[in-house]
Amino acid sequence: MSESLLSIENLTIGYPGSDGREVPIVHDVNLTLAAGDTLGLVGESGCGKSTLLLAIMGYYKTGLSRLNGSVTFQGEDPGELAAHQLQLLRGGRMALIPQNAGQALTPTLRIEAQMFEALSLHANIAPAHWNARCIELFERVRLPTPEQILTRYPHELSGGQQQRVAIAMALAGEPDLLLLDEPTTGLDVTTQAHVLELLQKISAESNTAMVYVSHDIGVISTVCRQIAIMYAGEVVEKGSREVLLESPVHPYTQGLLASIPHLHQQTLPQAIEGMLPQPGKRGSMAGCVYAERCPLVEQHCREMTPLTRQLLDREVKCNLVEAAVSQDLIRPGLEIVTVEPGENTVLEVEGLGVSYERPSLFRKLRGHEPTLTTRDISFRIRRGEILGLVGESGSGKSTILKTVAGLQRPYQGRITLLDEHDLALPVESRHRECLRKVQLVFQNPDASLNPRKTIEEILRRPVELYFDFERGAIEDEVDALLERVNLPVSYRRRFPAQLSGGEKQRVAIARALAAKPDLILCDEITSALDVSVQASIIKLLLVLRSESDLSLLFVSHDLAVVETLCDEVIVLQKGEIREAGAAAAVFRNPQHAYTRSLLDSVL
Amino acid sequence: MNILREILEGVLASRSGKIGFSIVIFHLVMAVASPWIVPYEFNAQAEVIDHIGPSLQHWAGLDTLGRDVLTRTMLGGREAILVTLFGTFLAVTWGGFFGILAGFLGGRFDELIMRSVDIFLAIPWMIFLLLVIASFGNGAHVMIFTLGFFYGIGVVRLARAATLEIVVKDYVLAARARGEGTLSVIFREILPNVRDVLMVESAMRWSWMLLAFSALSFLGFGVTPPTPDWGLMIANSRIYLPLAPWPVLVPMIALSSLIIGINLTADAMAKSMGLDKTTRTPV
Repeated sequence: MSESLLSIENLTIGYPGSDGREVPIVHDVNLTLAAGDTLGLVGESGCGKSTLLLAIMGYYKTGLSRLNGSVTFQGEDPGELAAHQLQLLRGGRMALIPQNAGQALTPTLRIEAQMFEALSLHANIAPAHWNARCIELFERVRLPTPEQILTRYPHELSGGQQQRVAIAMALAGEPDLLLLDEPTTGLDVTTQAHVLELLQKISAESNTAMVYVSHDIGVISTVCRQIAIMYAGEVVEKGSREVLLESPVHPYTQGLLASIPHLHQQTLPQAIEGMLPQPGKRGSMAGCVYAERCPLVEQHCREMTPLTRQLLDREVKCNLVEAAVSQDLIRPGLEIVTVEPGENTVLEVEGLGVSYERPSLFRKLRGHEPTLTTRDISFRIRRGEILGLVGESGSGKSTILKTVAGLQRPYQGRITLLDEHDLALPVESRHRECLRKVQLVFQNPDASLNPRKTIEEILRRPVELYFDFERGAIEDEVDALLERVNLPVSYRRRFPAQLSGGEKQRVAIARALAAKPDLILCDEITSALDVSVQASIIKLLLVLRSESDLSLLFVSHDLAVVETLCDEVIVLQKGEIREAGAAAAVFRNPQHAYTRSLLDSVL
Repeated sequence: MNILREILEGVLASRSGKIGFSIVIFHLVMAVASPWIVPYEFNAQAEVIDHIGPSLQHWAGLDTLGRDVLTRTMLGGREAILVTLFGTFLAVTWGGFFGILAGFLGGRFDELIMRSVDIFLAIPWMIFLLLVIASFGNGAHVMIFTLGFFYGIGVVRLARAATLEIVVKDYVLAARARGEGTLSVIFREILPNVRDVLMVESAMRWSWMLLAFSALSFLGFGVTPPTPDWGLMIANSRIYLPLAPWPVLVPMIALSSLIIGINLTADAMAKSMGLDKTTRTPV
């Protein structure tokens, strides 16, 4: 094992809890990485993967410390190094590529200054050659017109370009190990595909090892040869990409893979029941971390901590490996049921054009035409139909949604709800009945639920606002709403912070349902959620649709989710419709080049 | 009432909070009960002054006119605490309301409010206060309104800043999309999230206002003699400080301890509310 580049042994990281016991965030992790190898760490948010990644650099967030174990990188322990040695190590022999390059680059300095800083610290090159070296590095990360990029400020670059600059900066010190913390998460699918392709090339061209952290197993499997699945601070299964993806053993890995929607899949993805245990909330440290959610769980799983075992070319940490291997844990998925939409049109949009510009009166009189963000948008949604709007960021899909919701005024065109309400009016001038019939669900339930309100207060507000119910009737209504979204009635008194991400999104959906709407506008409502809960939200939406003939306008950049959920789909690019039609037809047989490039970028 | 209990529990969770809060409570109890428990009349002069320092009869000694310092110190916080409590309430109410409104409405209204705030902040408030007192007298209501007004100006800024963080949240957008009115959004969605900042700020404002009130009394503009007041007592006896420190030291300790108590309470409150980011758990 001595020739391994990085080795992590029995690493436990945690903080002292309020009752004096240590609370582990990362628990008993063993990993080794050979020079030039690539390892992906996959897990849901909060599973400790970023903490582990930072620990490799010898960095622990305030309050966190290493409780046990060791990290060895090229024979040294980064956690034990003095400050000046760390300075040479970080950015030199190992470099971090952060999640949000836009925030990682200093906004007030030109790219040149920031690249030169990296070179002056970590590259043994005379200052006269810095410029040439930068251009060389930029060519390596396939940045167009490297000379020009150097003179720009970070905000003058696109998200993909910023990420490339960050990668170039990390490569400046010719590191032996690259640490990547979700480097493509904020990017569009097509940009993501380009960045991943670049990372693959870098790994192939040079002998640079990588540790890649992501919640997206699709991303990981394109770049990494080794994959480690993390759950609640522990590595539950580890093996080569082929082995793990084709024959997962650990019940969590099996569940995780089954919960991911794929393009052209005939069945619904399946959610994992329950939620990730909070650090410190587990009763005792004994037992399997996955016991609460495991379909195979037996009594001794709760009492006996499983050992990591070598089995079928992988390491797996499960008490019931034999059972997990022999049984097919994943029930056959539900068939996607298509509902024949009714004839009534719920929403009709004709020739919609939106502009964020507000020309002054003077310019208006001179006949100045504002630049339109979206133009010539026409579509209709029938009763019980789910329409998907897809496209990259900046394609205008959220603009259309906001306009329908009345939060943005249209510049031209008509929007009609149920042939009677004019939705071109802003929300302030809409009639109460009209407000009630259109409801909105947001991307991130952490932001869309007021943290100071109980679930009951959140749910009763729309009921009070739109209906003249008696006090008792409101109470019953809140209970009924919670039941409809499969949440226990006991959640009424809880605050949003006491719920998991998926449960919060259910509350947000229940709030929309409270108005008994005809149309629900969904703005990327699954993209902030972990895959294991995303599937359950998709299922919920489909059930609700068939129960009460709801119509949905579903905005998403995730094509697999859109294909699973939507009847009709519209592909947008630069504010214009590129392709529209039945979801199955568009995705199986795309006509427009842009649709094809979007589909090709899906992992 | 749930909210108050929650805040109190938060304050009492830390040791500094416990100490600070007990000091504040001690002063409040003293302010209410002192007229019944003081050993002497506040303006009664000792018949024989043979010893001005602390003695068995006069624990904190006598002042220049032979009045009992302990009695006057016990009574000396009443006016100051009354005026500043009402003043703080007024300041936080109006400052908070306009600050939230400016932050929520934005645009021209925001400009108007904030530029007015800038103008008022440019005025040396002590001189302005003296001017107001000179024209309207130093009655308790005048003091409450002027102090309340001047100390509310800073609250406007703070409440606006806190509101700007909240207005961009999706739940405010959700409320607007639902068709809620401006006041409903302010009171239901924004106020509960700005509340913590305002609570801590009112405690801090209270301590500053106490200092300001005592400064005014010190300058002779606060309370009218012979009413006992800490600032006035310090002013009257300060020239004898080298000879007889007690009449200055005792009210000074009373005033400082109250201010320290308030600040400790405010700090503990901020920590328990998570406004002080250094004490958060790492995850």
